[in-house]
Amino acid sequence: MTTLQTVFAKAKADDRAALIGYLPAGFPTKDGAIAAATAMVEAGCDVIEIGLPYSDPLMDGPTIQDAVHRSLTNGTRIADVLRTVEGVAKTGAATLVMTYWNPIDRYGAERFARDLAGAGGVGTITPDLTPEESGTWREASAAAGIDTVFLVAPSSPESRIKAVAECCTGFVYAASLMGVTGARESVGEAAEGLVERTRTQTKLPVCVGLGVGTGKQAAEVARYADGVIVGSAFIRRLLDAPDEASGLASVRELGAELAAGVRG
Amino acid sequence: MTATDGILLTPADLAGNGVHGDDPDVHGKFGVFGGRYVPEALIPALDEVAAEYEKARNDVAFLREFDHLLRTYAGRPTTLTEVPRFSEQAGGARIVLKREDLTHTGAHKINNVLGQALLTKRLGKNRVIAETGAGQHGVATATAAALMGLECVIYMGAVDCERQALNVARMKLLGATVVPVTNGSQTLKDAINEAFRDWVANVDRTHYLFGTIAGPHPFPEIVRDFARIIGVEARRQMLELTGRLPDAVAAAVGGGSNAIGIFHAFIEDQDVQLHGYEAGGRGVETGEHALTLTEGSIGVLHGSRTYVLQDDEGQTIESHSISAGLDYPGVGPEHAWLKDTGRATYHGITDAEAMDAFALLARTEGIIPAIESSHALAGALKLGRELGPEATILVNLSGRGDKDMGTAMKYFNL
Repeated sequence: MTTLQTVFAKAKADDRAALIGYLPAGFPTKDGAIAAATAMVEAGCDVIEIGLPYSDPLMDGPTIQDAVHRSLTNGTRIADVLRTVEGVAKTGAATLVMTYWNPIDRYGAERFARDLAGAGGVGTITPDLTPEESGTWREASAAAGIDTVFLVAPSSPESRIKAVAECCTGFVYAASLMGVTGARESVGEAAEGLVERTRTQTKLPVCVGLGVGTGKQAAEVARYADGVIVGSAFIRRLLDAPDEASGLASVRELGAELAAGVRG
Repeated sequence: MTATDGILLTPADLAGNGVHGDDPDVHGKFGVFGGRYVPEALIPALDEVAAEYEKARNDVAFLREFDHLLRTYAGRPTTLTEVPRFSEQAGGARIVLKREDLTHTGAHKINNVLGQALLTKRLGKNRVIAETGAGQHGVATATAAALMGLECVIYMGAVDCERQALNVARMKLLGATVVPVTNGSQTLKDAINEAFRDWVANVDRTHYLFGTIAGPHPFPEIVRDFARIIGVEARRQMLELTGRLPDAVAAAVGGGSNAIGIFHAFIEDQDVQLHGYEAGGRGVETGEHALTLTEGSIGVLHGSRTYVLQDDEGQTIESHSISAGLDYPGVGPEHAWLKDTGRATYHGITDAEAMDAFALLARTEGIIPAIESSHALAGALKLGRELGPEATILVNLSGRGDKDMGTAMKYFNL
């Protein structure tokens, strides 16, 4: 099992940023998600975030909403998410679960942390869990030996960045812009400043996500961040492909472009 | 004479006396319910709204402005109406209606939107967004936005746009942009998701004018306080009319704003029973209902811990009700707290029971109620038979039924 700490140490030794890819479990199919995530790893992703599909993804833009909707329509359950994590972790990538809070709340915090660790997962990203509400989850995660990643945003004042960073282990997720997930023409102007402000509050790696979708953007972000997070752009490749094989080829192509990007 | 004499709402009226659990704690918790489960990006905006509201609620100038609008624009105070012919079907119990249907725009929603539109101006923002189910909150928001010169965008599920076409036209006429939401179940919950997405991207100049007492802190508290005038007035009026407090207060519960609006002034009156009526839809056994408090379980939806209709893995279950305004799989956290403390009791009313009460009030009293409010009327009929002819029941007639004529024509073959 590869930990986040190993990933960031290795990337640092290589003088590059880590590449983090996101894909919801169950999309395009249950097995297809494992195949696509494996292709992402083979193309150069160091870390994979497996999305736990949720009925009310209020932080996500149309691309991820579409993928998540298809996944839920495919009947994806938490057992499938864990099976996906298990499959992806075997590739050697550090594998996280990204999820809204309610599915964990319902499943049981201790049980989810234990089952995720059992599947080879190394942590979670929980975009709607604020520091104030995160106590139970952090305790359960610590007990199971998995990392907890939370988000800071361009609107976050220093006091909030501090509070969020104190709850993080593994890394801090810096949202590049004020908005929902989705690839955009340019990465938010606020991202670099946010990373700088976050670094004054923590020694943890700081990774940037939201709106990154090309090798050029990855290179730009890699100049100042420890990791580059890409989600919607991978999903878009799968959505636009006429069949599974060409989808995987397209994902590989994007992965390689981004992997070159994070190497500057 | 004090500075607040002669106005409808004093600072104490606005927020109650802050007895334990009555006001949320610093994190917006009513017991274990409420709080904030939202992207961190929105926390500063929520903090800003909370801080500005805290200043506003203690500012006599703000209260006077709100009071002026409630009197001269919304048409407050609204009257009480006794309904003896309707009451005959309720075992002879004395039923009294609080006539929120007589307010401008035809529903209690106007109270909250006027308060929040004033708050928007204090925040220095020039754009409001809102979600709407039945369209009543959308119409009310568009109205307040027109009145105060604010840009207005309303998110409404595509299914609701269809069943409430008249309200869509009203909002457009009032100058609002109506965005049909086509993802998920295409109803209120999806409209809320979409409004949050807009808010996070445009938070600098936009206030999310939340329409019910759900959502992240401080919305449950703010919306309650602006709706609280309903119960404050009704309590005084009941004492004038009957010389005593009612035995029970009845209200429909979707998100829960009209119910909390009339309940809240009675919470400390331990002898007054509080009854909330949720949408039982086609019946609990069919699974097609919106019985969040009576059949749901504790979870997180739309930024708040509360009762939710969800499956065993926390996925939201789509609700059903003949009334778009009650068709919501969550509920305000304060109702969750009132339920768990036993202070209020919640029941289900089926589509059929609500429509019977809808028709009965029209025929016996010449009042066409909103289908939402008809759930409270149906509840009062049952409650009256239980409590007996000596009982007095105050019902929140939260809105009028003009918007529901399409549904009624189909249902009754009119």
